[in-house]
Amino acid sequence: MASHRDLPAGLVNQLFHNNGSSSFTEFVAAYAPELLPQRDKVLATPIGDQVPHATTIVAATFAGGVVMAGDRRATSGNIISQRDVEKVFRADDYSCMGIAGTASTGIEMARLYRVELEHYEKMEGRTLSVAGKANRLATMIRGNLGMAMQGLVVVPLFAAYDPDRDEGRIFSYDVAGGPYERDRFDAIGSGSIFARGALKKLYRDGASADDMVMTLIQALYDAADDDSATGGPDVTRKIWPLVSVIDGDGYRRLTDEQVAGYVEQMLEQRLISPDGPIAPLR
Amino acid sequence: MSMPFGYASPEQIMRDKADYARKGIARGRSVVVLQYEDGILFVAPNPSRALHKISEIYDRIGFAAVGRYNEFEELRLGGIRYADINGYTYDRSDVTGRGLANLYASNLGRIFTESIKSLEVEVVVAEVGDTSDGDAIYRLTFDGSVFDEHGFAAMGGQADAVATRLKERYREGMPLADALEVALTALTEPGGERPPVAQLEVAVLDRKREHRKFLRLTGARLERLLSQASAGGGAAEETAEEPPPGAAPGEGASGASGASSASGASGASGQATPPPTGPEGDIDDGSSPL
Repeated sequence: MASHRDLPAGLVNQLFHNNGSSSFTEFVAAYAPELLPQRDKVLATPIGDQVPHATTIVAATFAGGVVMAGDRRATSGNIISQRDVEKVFRADDYSCMGIAGTASTGIEMARLYRVELEHYEKMEGRTLSVAGKANRLATMIRGNLGMAMQGLVVVPLFAAYDPDRDEGRIFSYDVAGGPYERDRFDAIGSGSIFARGALKKLYRDGASADDMVMTLIQALYDAADDDSATGGPDVTRKIWPLVSVIDGDGYRRLTDEQVAGYVEQMLEQRLISPDGPIAPLR
Repeated sequence: MSMPFGYASPEQIMRDKADYARKGIARGRSVVVLQYEDGILFVAPNPSRALHKISEIYDRIGFAAVGRYNEFEELRLGGIRYADINGYTYDRSDVTGRGLANLYASNLGRIFTESIKSLEVEVVVAEVGDTSDGDAIYRLTFDGSVFDEHGFAAMGGQADAVATRLKERYREGMPLADALEVALTALTEPGGERPPVAQLEVAVLDRKREHRKFLRLTGARLERLLSQASAGGGAAEETAEEPPPGAAPGEGASGASGASSASGASGASGQATPPPTGPEGDIDDGSSPL
């Protein structure tokens, strides 16, 4: 049985009709809106505290690229609902997004966003500009505003390598959209205040990718140190932060072994000085 | 008894449509699709850098076409929509080359029977698996017939001759440079001139790549590959320059002979009678490099 018969009949009849748009979301919304997340329904009661939330994401640029890292904890109220949740997603070969807020809505958004970018690239034969990608994500966040008001808030952090400038770029958002381009580094989620404080002191201009991964691991540890919803490295279960590096060679996620190396090095140092590296005063 | 004015028998109509489509397809250059050790290779002589004959449909699926650009472009865009919608609705692993080939077949078949003019296209849908056993190459003709090809496929002008040359040289599990050499030899008339690098469209579905397997080979990478190919495959090419006397054209081309028998079954005549109608223009005899 051909699988296209499982799709809505109205949609299959339209597959070969050119509607003049290279957007996946627009095409599906026109012919089979039920396949897309339903944004306009009003919930009887806000359910924000009852569904798992993802927490801290940090990102920072280095010479010729950008690194993004996220902790692994998801919480529902005071309960830890998952210890190894993934909240940093590959969007395409040169970009990624991290999500904070309602985990399910965020994962769904990341999946749709990836299809949206790839769909454009295949239809048009060219990749979207970095600003174009960032703007497209803003529209998706804006579409979720109604649900955000009901407690299903999702706020992403977007990082991409810009081949025209040969550098990494970071964009942040709020519940109503954005994007806001960030210089050097940014953090989102419940532990972001602490992570940003750490990044302020540890960020070095022109650092290598290796140093910047270490900086982000340190910042995530500081966030977990002071925010109960952010998970630190789980040494007994061997659950490490997710770290993605994007540079001219494209997107790559560091393996567990690679991240374990950075984490062990940091923990060793923190046994001696628990608050981490000390920035020079003058 | 006289027939009403303007009457044409259904057999005649189908035959005319098939001949028209065949003549249109025969005007274009050939495209070759073949398996190599790490996946599937697509090669097409194409002077245009903007209008592609080879494209990516999904993570593991590639598309190649000959014939009228606007017609196969519609098929390509529809295929991408189909694949992306399926992958988003279910899972990325639920998008298969077989499903896409079925969709194209039903669409091509419907247009062939219902429209005045059939599409003047021939299409290959190729899917790369985790191992070479999982690779699939489907060739679809203008009337919606599907051929499950093994190892390689050729289509376009001179498809029979190209497929014969391809069959003589094709081996299972060739390295990429050798496979490219075989494809270029097959695409070139014996003693003819090869198309320059700038006018070649080459892409692979490489099973060793992460996420998306499709990759266009252009510029320096393609030139490096071609120089490897000519260094390593030079001797083999000389011996293979003359087709062995035993191999009669037609008998060698399994795909091409399959095409004519299948379209015969669907009511069209063989290629013995000249097409009564068809697009204007020269038919490609493989002598020009493009």
